[in-house]
Amino acid sequence: MTTSPSDSPADLAVVGAGPAGLAAAVAAAGLGLRVTLLDAGERPGGQYFRHPAPGLGAARPEALHHGWADFASREAALRAHVSAGRITYLPRHHVWTVTPDPGGGPVWALHAVVGPEEAAATVGARGVLLATGAYERQLPFPGWTLPGVVGAGGAQAMLKGGLVLPGSRVVVAGSGPLLLAVAGSLAAAGARVPAVVEAAAYTGYAAHAAALLRNPGKLAEGATYGGALLRHGVRLLTRHAVTEAHGTDRVEAVTVARLDRDWRPLPGTARRIPCDAVAVGHGLVPQLELATGLGCATRLSPDATVALEVDAGQRTSVPGIWSAGETGGIGGAQLALTEGEIAAHSAAGRPVPARLARARTRLRAFAAAMAGAHRPGAGWTGWLREDTDVCRCEEVPAGRIREAVEDLGARDARTVKLLTRAGMGWCQGRMCGPAVAALAGTDPAPDRRPLSCPVPLSHLAALPPRTPLTGPPTGRPHLLWPRRTH
Amino acid sequence: MSEATRGRGRRRSPRDLVGGTPAETWSLRFDDRELPAQSGQSIAAVLWSAGILAWRTTRATAAPRGVFCGIGSCYDCLVTVNGRPNQRACLVPARPGDHVTTQEGTGHDDLAV
Ligand code: FES
Repeated sequence: MTTSPSDSPADLAVVGAGPAGLAAAVAAAGLGLRVTLLDAGERPGGQYFRHPAPGLGAARPEALHHGWADFASREAALRAHVSAGRITYLPRHHVWTVTPDPGGGPVWALHAVVGPEEAAATVGARGVLLATGAYERQLPFPGWTLPGVVGAGGAQAMLKGGLVLPGSRVVVAGSGPLLLAVAGSLAAAGARVPAVVEAAAYTGYAAHAAALLRNPGKLAEGATYGGALLRHGVRLLTRHAVTEAHGTDRVEAVTVARLDRDWRPLPGTARRIPCDAVAVGHGLVPQLELATGLGCATRLSPDATVALEVDAGQRTSVPGIWSAGETGGIGGAQLALTEGEIAAHSAAGRPVPARLARARTRLRAFAAAMAGAHRPGAGWTGWLREDTDVCRCEEVPAGRIREAVEDLGARDARTVKLLTRAGMGWCQGRMCGPAVAALAGTDPAPDRRPLSCPVPLSHLAALPPRTPLTGPPTGRPHLLWPRRTH
Repeated sequence: MSEATRGRGRRRSPRDLVGGTPAETWSLRFDDRELPAQSGQSIAAVLWSAGILAWRTTRATAAPRGVFCGIGSCYDCLVTVNGRPNQRACLVPARPGDHVTTQEGTGHDDLAV
């Protein structure tokens, strides 16, 4: 399975087969590049176009999706390119690090673990497009570790992929447009959704009327979700939050409270809603560890997440490394498809078509407006109790984190982690990172995990020796990406 | 979710929404129970179909846990599959003949990292 990356490297390796990576791979192959598409999933589509396994025999997978045609056309193109030998598609390949090829030359080595057996594989490529998407941002609350409290995106993923629901009466809570989509699909699939509990006020959008009006498609999408919710009798409570989940072995009810502008629960406004599941999420966080491992420059987005800095051709600050979709800031599937195609043109040395550039500008403006409106207010920590676990893996309660900050003088998430073990467990801080940063009083730091998934030690030992890459490999001439001119 | 009936007749299910029929069904052993499984479901999906939301306990407080992120990032859904601990139930496809067991704490793990 393991080959040397320099045996016939691909022109472009695309990491991630979600909307951005899939669109990029297909477009790049259409422009004449030899492409390798690596994806951790079993089937293309990523989280957004996650669909039931063929064995489940779903006759109408599109019933669970918006924009299914965008996926179906690209999946067909992927199949055609694969059979013509222009794309090598490697599903179940979880890329855990990207390194410069020690053999020299402008070639990157992508190291992956393959399938549940965790075999090792290495793929070589002259350019790399990181389309690794995002994971959900979680803000803890008392009871959020009870079974039945699941990520909103997680509930959606389990529904789309496995045709299952966590319960029959599901409260959807948190912040961001994903909640409306999740509530709509849970209700369509037969769950009762007593309420969507949204911490932000949608009036925050009013300040960005121009960006909204330039995106009629997005408004129509919002109206579709709104209509579906009305039809299913779902109540939308804005400027409210679930401040506690109740139950012993599983969730039985939630407390919902009104929030002030800073997301601080208002005393005397709490009420209980019975339910047997809660789907919760506070927006998405770009998944960046491969990029930050390579030294790609980052920026802070309006939703207080860290995203990659990219230019008009979707190039990161590291020559030879591109990014498209959520890695460059949360923006949704349409933007991801557009950016994937832009990256393909730029990697093929072609000018970016004006139509794509315009679409990107318009959709990014919409994304920024949305991100700003749903940025968590500082007062959310007011619903934590001292004994609320913030780090789920290491079971570190809020009180211990506050103690590290207030009594022991920790000033950033890293010091909190060393003092409390918050963020040191299996998930490497993916679930608690934003919350720990907020409790430490800092902005979240860019994802820096040495490995993007657990990797057997033998694979680490098999990596060729090299000087650790501490910054962008610019200035090391053999790593520079030669601009293609054809 | 066919059990999701509520007084005024049977509610819709995810299966009703997408139509079709599973290619194959078999049973999966979970601790001492036999659970119906459909080809293509993850182990977590099989457990959710049976109304089971928790299948491991934490190391420090023995608290019950199951799926949280649903996409392989949180590692809350760890389970022992055929004697091998620390498998992410939301990612691992269920296979005929699998024996899934509740994982307590680290599941006497051989942590790979
Ligand atoms: S539910 Fe998060 S890893 Fe499986």
